Amino acid sequence: MKHRTEEELIAYREGVAEQSAVISEHLAACEECRAELERIEAVLAALDTLPVPDPGADYGRRVWRAIAPRLAEKPVRWWQVWMEPWRLAAPGAVVALIIAAFVLGRMMPRRGEGDNVANKEQVRERVLVVAVGEHLGHSERMLVELSNAAPNDPAQKQVNISAEQRRAEDLLEENRLYRQTALRDGDAGLASVLDELERVLLDVAHSPEEVTPAQLEAIQKKIERRGILFKVRVVNKELQQRQEATKPAPAQNESTKRERNKV
Amino acid sequence: MIRAKPDLTASLESCLMNRMQPSVASTQAIAESDAIAVERTLAGDRDAYRVLVERHSRNVFRLAYRMTGNRHDAEEVVQEAFLRGYQKLGQFAARSNFGTWVYRIAANYAIDRMRQRQKEETRRETPRAEDRDGMENDPMNRVKDEAPTPERLTQSVELRKQMEQALAALSDAERTAFVMRHWEGCGIEEIAVVLKSSSNATKNTVFRAVQKLRRALQPLVETRAQARAMGTEL
Repeated sequence: MKHRTEEELIAYREGVAEQSAVISEHLAACEECRAELERIEAVLAALDTLPVPDPGADYGRRVWRAIAPRLAEKPVRWWQVWMEPWRLAAPGAVVALIIAAFVLGRMMPRRGEGDNVANKEQVRERVLVVAVGEHLGHSERMLVELSNAAPNDPAQKQVNISAEQRRAEDLLEENRLYRQTALRDGDAGLASVLDELERVLLDVAHSPEEVTPAQLEAIQKKIERRGILFKVRVVNKELQQRQEATKPAPAQNESTKRERNKV
Repeated sequence: MIRAKPDLTASLESCLMNRMQPSVASTQAIAESDAIAVERTLAGDRDAYRVLVERHSRNVFRLAYRMTGNRHDAEEVVQEAFLRGYQKLGQFAARSNFGTWVYRIAANYAIDRMRQRQKEETRRETPRAEDRDGMENDPMNRVKDEAPTPERLTQSVELRKQMEQALAALSDAERTAFVMRHWEGCGIEEIAVVLKSSSNATKNTVFRAVQKLRRALQPLVETRAQARAMGTEL
């Protein structure tokens, strides 16, 4: 009797076999193939015991709260996209812009090429740097408070960390946005620290509102072990330096130009 | 004339509702309710989208968790899937099933996230395995745990760790194919769309995934089975 291949048995088990009836018939008659199938099933059954955490009954509401501020007022139907006036006007506007740019380019005195693009980029970066810096500052303060939290009374059985937990929840959403932006901008170092911070924020956000002193200590040790506070401070310092570097240079007047020309 | 508002609050269990839902009628009712919610959202009623988010979030989370292997990424995948779903809702064909559609978006984003994560991990000095291993002994991960039960005590930590490692060792496509087929019960055609592959190639991917998992886990599973039979399991 020709036995079934492993591929056929796996396909049969996963319900994607082409000759399912033929394999069934074979299995009824072949003890060896049945045993082989059972071995495959034992592995799959073990995998089925891997738990998936329950995100909680209110998970859908939490997802909504997190995404609602980022949703536009109204999604657009596909055909509406092509019917929008700006799309029809776009080709004309592009031509007009090209002509205007050409004429202006001829009329305006020449300056350093790419100045405008560079300025826009600088402004964008400054805005981002300031925003991320503030975010890191808030995160640092929350983590410091959590690291220094302690029961008021040694006999106290529960410590309330609900305030830190709520702040971590708020910071989590901001953190995701900044991390994604950093990744898009190719700032791998910043994205990496924000990613680590996100894990800590996620853990704090998912902690119970009241924890035992031992649980609090575990949280504090985790923050310490990851060295996240140190990393956040270092990155924040770097951002401040970047902020200084991207500040627009003071306008030059004639005297400063003359001074420079002397050198 | 006042028309009664259709019920938008029917519950739904999975992307693969066709397979998992016992009643065809209830499956249809949910799909119709989803379709109405989509229409209302497109008409400017944002709260209608909220119904879709609240109905499908847990299922999408389950898929995302199984694909990414951690809660942190899974939650991001869920949020991103619904955000992208909203942005692309105009492209959603009314005859399709919203649950399946958002599932597909989530699976695609989860693949992107896994790739991104791999890049990040290779860049970092500390390997990811250390992170995963550390989770087992990390007190923080037990913060929410209840008191240990006899079942929990007898559960093999080693096997669980091996299974997580075996899953992590699969390629993105293999893991996606396995999760979607074995755990979520998705059809081969549906998985093929996510993998941007043919049906035959997708079947092969499912096979390769199961084969690799088997190679990695069978010795341990058999040892445990023998120990159980002899009553010596820890």
